[in-house]
Amino acid sequence: MFQAWRNLYSKSDNVKAYSLLSPALFLIILVMLIPMALMLSFSSFTQVSMMEIDFTPTVQRYIDFFEKSLLVSLLIKSVKISFIVTLITLLTAYPVCYYIAFYVKKNKMLWLVLLTLPFWTSYLLRVFSWKIILGTKGVFNSTLLGAGIISEPLTFLMYSEEAVIITLTHAWAAFALLPLYVSLEKIDFSYIEAARDLGLSKFEVFWKVTFPLSLPGVIGAILIIFIPTVGDYVTPALIGGTEGRMLSNMIQAYFGKINNIPLGAASATIMLTTVILITAIVSYTTKRLTQRLS
Amino acid sequence: MNENFIQINGISKHFGNVKAVDDVSFSIKEGEFFSLLGPSGCGKTTLLRLLAGFEYPTNGNLLIDGSDITALPPDKRPTNMVFQNYAIFPHINVEQNIKFGLRKLGLTDDEIKKRVDDVLALVKLEGYEERFSGQLSGGQRQRVALARALVRQPKVLLLDEPLGALDKKLRDEMQLELRTLQKEIGITFVFVTHDQQEAISMSDRVAVMSEGKIQQLSAPNELYKNPENIFVSDFIGETNFLKASTKSKDGDQINVAIEDLGDFKVKNNLNIPENSSDVVCSVRPESMMISRDKSDWDICLEAKINQTSYLGEMTRFYVEVSGINKVITVSSQHFDNQSFDNNTCFISISLEDISLLQKK
Repeated sequence: MFQAWRNLYSKSDNVKAYSLLSPALFLIILVMLIPMALMLSFSSFTQVSMMEIDFTPTVQRYIDFFEKSLLVSLLIKSVKISFIVTLITLLTAYPVCYYIAFYVKKNKMLWLVLLTLPFWTSYLLRVFSWKIILGTKGVFNSTLLGAGIISEPLTFLMYSEEAVIITLTHAWAAFALLPLYVSLEKIDFSYIEAARDLGLSKFEVFWKVTFPLSLPGVIGAILIIFIPTVGDYVTPALIGGTEGRMLSNMIQAYFGKINNIPLGAASATIMLTTVILITAIVSYTTKRLTQRLS
Repeated sequence: MNENFIQINGISKHFGNVKAVDDVSFSIKEGEFFSLLGPSGCGKTTLLRLLAGFEYPTNGNLLIDGSDITALPPDKRPTNMVFQNYAIFPHINVEQNIKFGLRKLGLTDDEIKKRVDDVLALVKLEGYEERFSGQLSGGQRQRVALARALVRQPKVLLLDEPLGALDKKLRDEMQLELRTLQKEIGITFVFVTHDQQEAISMSDRVAVMSEGKIQQLSAPNELYKNPENIFVSDFIGETNFLKASTKSKDGDQINVAIEDLGDFKVKNNLNIPENSSDVVCSVRPESMMISRDKSDWDICLEAKINQTSYLGEMTRFYVEVSGINKVITVSSQHFDNQSFDNNTCFISISLEDISLLQKK
């Protein structure tokens, strides 16, 4: 029996691959595929009353979603907030990574560790600390008040879209740093020298060579930030108030207080589809854009 | 032909305490195939990068075709470079790589097309326009790098060990091809290599570098036949060093006492002073003979062979001359391996072929 397995294992690459993958595969099926399937099937049911669900398949929940302007506008807002967060993160993280990759000669690792150090604390703690910074009696407002720059606390800082954007940008910056750094670090400096040698200015070299070559990292960073922030639920719940509410908060409400599980499942499915679509479009257009650039 | 096409005037480049290039001055002629030769860390690549504009000198200035380029950035210099790893942009194809350097020259579409077609024919890469760097062999990549640099029609082409990554056979082919190409287009080539055979076989002139300084600058055959110092003699080809000390001069010649061999009169090209004990005699392998019978050469010594190692065109002998162990390298055609009785032999040296060199 054992001998037979050994023979099979050593002969077939497929058997080898799947047996090595099996623990992860098992976990993914258990915590990902099954819940996904459950969510999809629930989205085709109907909530009749508090405790009762009608299991006849229907697409009515999806129609419901698009008929409720609140849900559609929350979806758009979620996408918009994540888009802005992704953009700001990229614009701030890229120069930092560029600097470390090309100008820091010694202790690059130390720089990276120092940059990611704040992210070793829990996500929740970091969200709470923004509450302390941005709140009406927070660090920011009391400093400005104390300095006499403002006479009333700035209220838009807290419980608003801006607050959500600031907090999310900070929370996810570290995750953008790593893929960007890796892709820039990988670029052989002789490509940059060759481009300079071929008559391009420093600015042109960036757009024709450095940026296109760092694109895998840029796409990686976009996906790593965009996907989780669209569905983020903690930050809008704690910092966003009614202004900064996102679709995920509504989905949570459907599964909880409002108790309309099928509509919640449909909303979640729609959100998932939107994220997948946007991700695909972003990857595709960025690639096309680079080809156009060079 | 401009004798001083590239002028390197008192150039130094220091990295911290390291003097990579140390007060170097020389000129390169227009249309010349010029090589910078030396072991790694001798400063040859730094000198090339100074010419390209990737480094700026600590001291001194550089002129190409009469204009001072010392402070110009790489994109403003009349030079182009073939990189050691070729640096073919991986995100664009061969044609786009070659066109890359043309966009800033203000050419019309027709002119661009003509230049690209011509250069592709020159490096024999027609039909490879659509390929990407990853789909090319080492030799093809090298041709793309060459085409990309030449298409801009630079005044000077800089080559940083471009053949280093190729296998032996391809390297020999490319050496000949590069040489032919250079004569055909007439552009000045500055070629960096650590391979003395490569430098000697391709160049019009070679500058041998060591520790940031030029050790000797001359035609390849001069480097071999008349080395100016021990470093050059040792670095170019094989040689046998014999310790010696000088005695009195005799016209162009000088009397020397070669250690363990006796007193001889040899030519004194480098004008080495009398009564100096810091000299060596360098004897090339083809100027030595090992034979069974005594010869009538100027020096003929009886020796005992302890060990031999055959190196192809040359053979290394571990011999004992009057009880002292020596290693000598001899052209393989100058002896018959089978004919030694009791391992005794005669080593013959012609005085004509001895170069007298001074220790630093």
